[in-house]
Amino acid sequence: MKVRVYVSLKPGVLDPQGRAVHHALEGLGFAGVADVRVGRFIEMDVADDTTDDALDEMCRKLLANMVIENYRIEKLEAA
Amino acid sequence: MAFRGAVITFPGSNCDRDMAVALEKVSGEKALRVWHGDVDLPDRLDFIAIPGGFSYGDYLRCGAIASRSPVMRAVIDAAGRGIPVLGVCNGFQVLTESGLLPGALMRNAQLTFTCRTVPLTVENNQSLFTAGYDAGQTIAIPVAHHDGNFFADDETLNRIEGEGRVAFRYTDEVNGSQRSIAGVLNETGTVLGMMPHPERAIEPELGGSDGRALFESAVRGLVTA
Repeated sequence: MKVRVYVSLKPGVLDPQGRAVHHALEGLGFAGVADVRVGRFIEMDVADDTTDDALDEMCRKLLANMVIENYRIEKLEAA
Repeated sequence: MAFRGAVITFPGSNCDRDMAVALEKVSGEKALRVWHGDVDLPDRLDFIAIPGGFSYGDYLRCGAIASRSPVMRAVIDAAGRGIPVLGVCNGFQVLTESGLLPGALMRNAQLTFTCRTVPLTVENNQSLFTAGYDAGQTIAIPVAHHDGNFFADDETLNRIEGEGRVAFRYTDEVNGSQRSIAGVLNETGTVLGMMPHPERAIEPELGGSDGRALFESAVRGLVTA
């Protein structure tokens, strides 16, 4: 089973990287960009019987730092 | 009894030798070197140091992979038994990632790697690590990091400040850290994480010796304890 994990900074956590990207977009002339936040996208191939709890634990224990980040898990249909 | 200090080395650590030299200079005893894959720490340790560097290439997040390595389970265990642990730079990142210290270290606000000697204010001089300084004293210690921007939520910041757990603050703006925090202690004052490198400031020949008192007070406090 393919699993996608999206890790993003919690609201309220300053994102200097996102700010720099935002600035660069404006520099290229793209108008109307209100905000940019940079996150991380992780794709995993896991055994089909992997439980939601196990996926959750992977995120909490390693893939995301719960002090500053949130995560969202998306399971794709088995190929 | 002779002082027994250990320095942990991860793949990508690069300040481990400097840390060992600092411990050896002030204690007169050879520092024990521990590899990240070791499951057990040497017996009867008085002190554990987690050095700076780029463990595991900073993959995922700085310190994230190292903090889940076998030896860190032993370090967490040792810290729980009250054995002092010092984490510098990447070592600080490893300690926050492992949960031994609060907060997280994010990309510097200015986005650049910052490598220079900065003034720090000693906030708490009551800990094992900081007893050699005066409260409010300004000391000069080098920083060299890209991800030293200390972040914690307001509740956590208020708590650690209220408990006197801010060991050092940057006197000037360095990296965007919340409340200019440069070094933090755990609840019992036996674990210290800091971004600046005291081990790079132990001899005038290195450009300064303001870091020496940190190692001296720790070693003295432990050997006479």
